[in-house]
Amino acid sequence: MGFSMSELKKKTENSSSDTTEDEESGEQKTGGHCCDKKDRGDSGVGMGVLFFIASFAICFLSGWLLFPSLLYSKKEQPFNFNHALHVAETGSCESCHAFRDDGTFAGVPKNSACIECHESQLGETEDEAIFMTEYVEKGIEVPWHIYSKQPDCVFFSHAAHVTGAKMDCVTCHGHIGESTTMKPYQENRTTGYSRDIWGENIWGIKKNSWDRMKMDDCAECHQEEMGSKGACFQCHK
Amino acid sequence: MTQDNHGKAYKFGMVIDLDKCTGCGSCMVACMSENNVPFKEDETNKKDSITWMSIFKLTNGKPFPETDICYMPRPCMQCGGKGDHGHSPCISVCPATATDYGHDTGIVSQIYTRCFGCRYCMAACPYHARYFNWWDPKWPDGMEEYLSPNVSPRMRGVVEKCSFCYHRYQAARDKAYHEERRDNIEEGEYQTACTQACPAGAITFGDLNNPEHEVSKLVKPDTHQCGKPRNPKAFRLLERLQTNPKVYYISEREWVRKAGDNYRDGEWGK
Repeated sequence: MGFSMSELKKKTENSSSDTTEDEESGEQKTGGHCCDKKDRGDSGVGMGVLFFIASFAICFLSGWLLFPSLLYSKKEQPFNFNHALHVAETGSCESCHAFRDDGTFAGVPKNSACIECHESQLGETEDEAIFMTEYVEKGIEVPWHIYSKQPDCVFFSHAAHVTGAKMDCVTCHGHIGESTTMKPYQENRTTGYSRDIWGENIWGIKKNSWDRMKMDDCAECHQEEMGSKGACFQCHK
Repeated sequence: MTQDNHGKAYKFGMVIDLDKCTGCGSCMVACMSENNVPFKEDETNKKDSITWMSIFKLTNGKPFPETDICYMPRPCMQCGGKGDHGHSPCISVCPATATDYGHDTGIVSQIYTRCFGCRYCMAACPYHARYFNWWDPKWPDGMEEYLSPNVSPRMRGVVEKCSFCYHRYQAARDKAYHEERRDNIEEGEYQTACTQACPAGAITFGDLNNPEHEVSKLVKPDTHQCGKPRNPKAFRLLERLQTNPKVYYISEREWVRKAGDNYRDGEWGK
């Protein structure tokens, strides 16, 4: 076996040297002009590499920095809402974001719930003045943009998670209760979904459980907690 | 396999008494409005109309005075597949996993956003219970306001079918969780739209795994034979295919029961 292997090696060595010889002889045949061409060719390659790197950097940066700002439209909320202030006054998330008697989750409260405290203006902020004059007095519901609004086909049971599994609001919604200002609502121009579904990080990296709200994130937690991602209909409708 | 029912699995099923059905079509209408089923101005072409619940007219083929007819409502059969393991004909063929078997409920799902419309499932379904959306739904002016927010509307190019009003199960479970019953829902809390709409009371709905439920009492499903009815007046459609449907029919009339499958000469009654 060893003999045949060394023979093979020799053969390959020979064949490779053959080709180099051929190339050399080919170059020699073309004569003196070839040297000029070679120089020009080298500088051309250098420029090409430089051009490639530069355009790659431009495309790369615009893809990761410019594209997200083009992809998402920004909308300001009708007026600023201070969550921290209200949590301090009312004590918990549930005092405003409550369940209905049939177990469905009411989500963002309607004016009627706000009026329970805000019969007349309580503070001196401009935002409250807007709320009182533009919405309460005119009898119009505030058209809030919902950061965590899921697509049409998603069924999410707050009762199963909050009442059943005793989960914290923070696990999915983050520390929104400690915020004093409302961030602008960002809507994906293609899908119409909120930015919070994909997450703030365009690379899709998440550090906290509340950074993203994609199906994978639901499935990941279900896999850990229930030992199964569950059937489709568990979260779809 | 149990998924999230804390070790307890439902097996929702339906029993339709064909001797009570008058063929009025209330179940079809209730189903369409409950589930946002799209319709067109001209629905005469039955090959491209969508009816999750459909009523067939059977006849014994005899001349007067022996002639007899029977109306048979047909929802999705929610097949358990051979051996009742969840390998329904439609689920087995779906290349997109857009339809799967809920082992916690026994209901076959259909996820519209996942379906890409190859229609293999329609070819596989022996009951013609699946329908394809050839067009985007067009609602008459103002009718969007009447659509149910609990059922997602479908788009052109996907397959849809009866879901046993799964959103009503989701709502019942929400209520049960809220009242700290975990997900122990009562028989009356989860009923399909067709069941409630039937003026003759021909449709009964409930948990086949629960002997207290009316459906179990009516058909007495044999758990050792994948739920085959022990009531001699009850039958399932195309029983011999071993698709193990969860929709049972009851009739006193022998010719109706015989029409439930394609029996060869001398095969009936064995």
